Amino acid sequence: MAKGRVSIVVERCKSCGFCVEFCPTKVLALSSAFNSRGYHPPHVVNPEKCSGCDLCGMYCPDFAIYATKVPQAGEAQ
Amino acid sequence: MTADPHGVLTGVHFIDGDHACCEGALAAGARFAAGYPITPSTEVVERFAARVPTVGGCFIQMEDELAASIALQGAVWGGAKAFTVTSGPGFSLMMEHIGYAAMTETPCVFVDVQRGGPSTGLPTLPAQADMMQARWGSHGDYEIIALCPNSPQECFDLTIKAFNLAEEFRIPVMMMMDEVVGHMTEKVVIPPADQIEVVPRKQTHKRPDEYMPYETNGDMVPEIAHAGEGYKFHVTGLTHDERGYPNMTPQAQDKLVRRLQNKVLAAADRIAMFEEDQLHDADVMVISYGITSRVAQRAVDIARQRGLRVGKLRLITAWPFPDRRISELAGKVKAFVVPELNLGQMVREVERAAAGRTKTFSVPHAGGGVHKPEDILKVIVEANR
Amino acid sequence: MTTDLSNGLVNPVEPFLRSDRMPHIWCPGCGIGTTVNCFARALIESKIDLQSLVVVSGIGCTGRVAGYVKLDSFHTTHGRAIPFATGLKLANPKLKVVVYSGDGDLSAIGGNHLIHAARRNIDLKVICVNNLTYAMTGGQTAPTTPEHSITATNPYGVFEPSFNLPHLVEAAGAVYVARWTTYHVRQLARAMSEAFQKKGFSFIEVISPCPTLYQRRNKLGDGLETMKYYKEKSKVRHGAPTSEVGLTMTGEIIVGKFVDRDRPDYQSMMRAQLTESLGERYVQNPEMVCS
Repeated sequence: MAKGRVSIVVERCKSCGFCVEFCPTKVLALSSAFNSRGYHPPHVVNPEKCSGCDLCGMYCPDFAIYATKVPQAGEAQ
Repeated sequence: MTADPHGVLTGVHFIDGDHACCEGALAAGARFAAGYPITPSTEVVERFAARVPTVGGCFIQMEDELAASIALQGAVWGGAKAFTVTSGPGFSLMMEHIGYAAMTETPCVFVDVQRGGPSTGLPTLPAQADMMQARWGSHGDYEIIALCPNSPQECFDLTIKAFNLAEEFRIPVMMMMDEVVGHMTEKVVIPPADQIEVVPRKQTHKRPDEYMPYETNGDMVPEIAHAGEGYKFHVTGLTHDERGYPNMTPQAQDKLVRRLQNKVLAAADRIAMFEEDQLHDADVMVISYGITSRVAQRAVDIARQRGLRVGKLRLITAWPFPDRRISELAGKVKAFVVPELNLGQMVREVERAAAGRTKTFSVPHAGGGVHKPEDILKVIVEANR
Repeated sequence: MTTDLSNGLVNPVEPFLRSDRMPHIWCPGCGIGTTVNCFARALIESKIDLQSLVVVSGIGCTGRVAGYVKLDSFHTTHGRAIPFATGLKLANPKLKVVVYSGDGDLSAIGGNHLIHAARRNIDLKVICVNNLTYAMTGGQTAPTTPEHSITATNPYGVFEPSFNLPHLVEAAGAVYVARWTTYHVRQLARAMSEAFQKKGFSFIEVISPCPTLYQRRNKLGDGLETMKYYKEKSKVRHGAPTSEVGLTMTGEIIVGKFVDRDRPDYQSMMRAQLTESLGERYVQNPEMVCS
């Protein structure tokens, strides 16, 4: 089970590409979908690789993506 | 409410206008000043620097007038009553921040001890040539109140009034002194603190979730919150809405700027202060302010001795200009005579308010000294013809 | 297709944002938003009392930060955030005052105030986002624009030497001086946390892309390419002499914590001097509320 989970606020994204580039485990790629402003938001292509480090969230200049840690089996919530 | 006794130097003093102005500020509750040295105003903050550490407050001499004029506003938002002092060249530098105070509705006082200009001009000699600048010096549409003391006693009394008006209307108020009033030494009586009326800051008591920094009702003056009180508000010099958020549309502009104007103009009659003398039978009226009013008094007395029916009106508030009163008088007298230590500034307001119903005679003086009573008398005689 | 993929979880930055004002005005690939993430992280990590934290900004793209953070915030005049912040701090010493502004605002029109506040060691935390240009007004030359760049006011190339900001503020007296880029998000957040705890004048320069103007005019790519350049060409040299950290258009970027020293801040010195001179007569007013 992945250690982390990405959340994307599609409408805020401006396709700068920072999250895709700087994710250490290459979880993301720019999708071919459009948001209402014509930008391609990212989507998760390798969900099992997400560690929940939230570098994507720190890089995003538009506050459009963030990652949270997923409580693992046996860990306290 | 009444003054905090810690700042009130009750007693009979023999001090000059600059010093009296400082005592007025302290009596009004000012506990922060930011300044920059400029003749003939510097003594105000020099005295404040000496006094305030034993009263409980802070003075900082900033690196220039641009810094001084905004540091005092930071202090206001931090909870203090604050002011600065300057003269012509510094006043010019402060204009952007006077506009910022007007736009953000920051209550504060700017003291201009006027000297000869333009530019470096006459640093140690008087003029009254910043009067229009006090009103129109910053860009855009906004209102200010300007007071003109004509004695060290008034430098004390009107400085308190300036702070009170600033708090009541949340605007920058100009104390328009001049070098003679600033440097003349006279008796100044400072009453006990409980006899000094002080207007407190219009602090909000709303909860943070229901507070909007620029929401107003009847009096058009919003309630203020200070930084650090948990309101998490935003203040900007951009055109903004009730939330304090930038809203750069013609509609928001119209609403905001008109309110900034109306909150003062709606109370203009109440704000206007002037002193009238011997108007009951006057054919000619001398309108003056500041140090010139004392010379004018002499000229009026001599004229009366010679049988001329002359009256006198002394502007104590120069802005907002007392349109209504001047307009009333215009119907009753033959002529207005307006002596000023400039080449004709407030005389334009007199003319405007008179709207052609009476003749207006300017008695200009380029500055550097004061009129002789004969200069004013000559024009009174001419006006009376 | 506009499926919102947020799943009920909340962005850790969100509580610090005025969400009712999103989306912000910054361009795609601009780094200012990235610095705000670091700022939010630093606030969380250092457990700062948000009630006493104030953000003061000047005019420019970075100046808009004040309007987007959910804190007591002041968007002041061009170049004058520092003196405003000084008055605020002196009137209420309990406040933690952050000045968040751009390179043009702080070092050109605001230059005089920058050096005097550093000299006095006023307890302010200055975050200078340096995108090497006056971005808001269309990409004119700033004192930080590297030589030979093309700008709106130097269409044939800048021929003036540019300021080395860490060197300038260190010489003026700053007690904490660091530089990072928007690539160095973790280090930047940490530097901000350190600055929050530091007493005295702290200065953090953040090199950031302006893809719309500076990078575009100089054919340096978009925001992402600029971030990759930062990654490739940055060299971490903690404690490097600030005289050696000047920037060029495409050269090395020295980053790190350059200065971390102790000297008494303005208010400590003021109190000490007045206590010495006045003794019992000195009335300290820790909270200068208006009477």
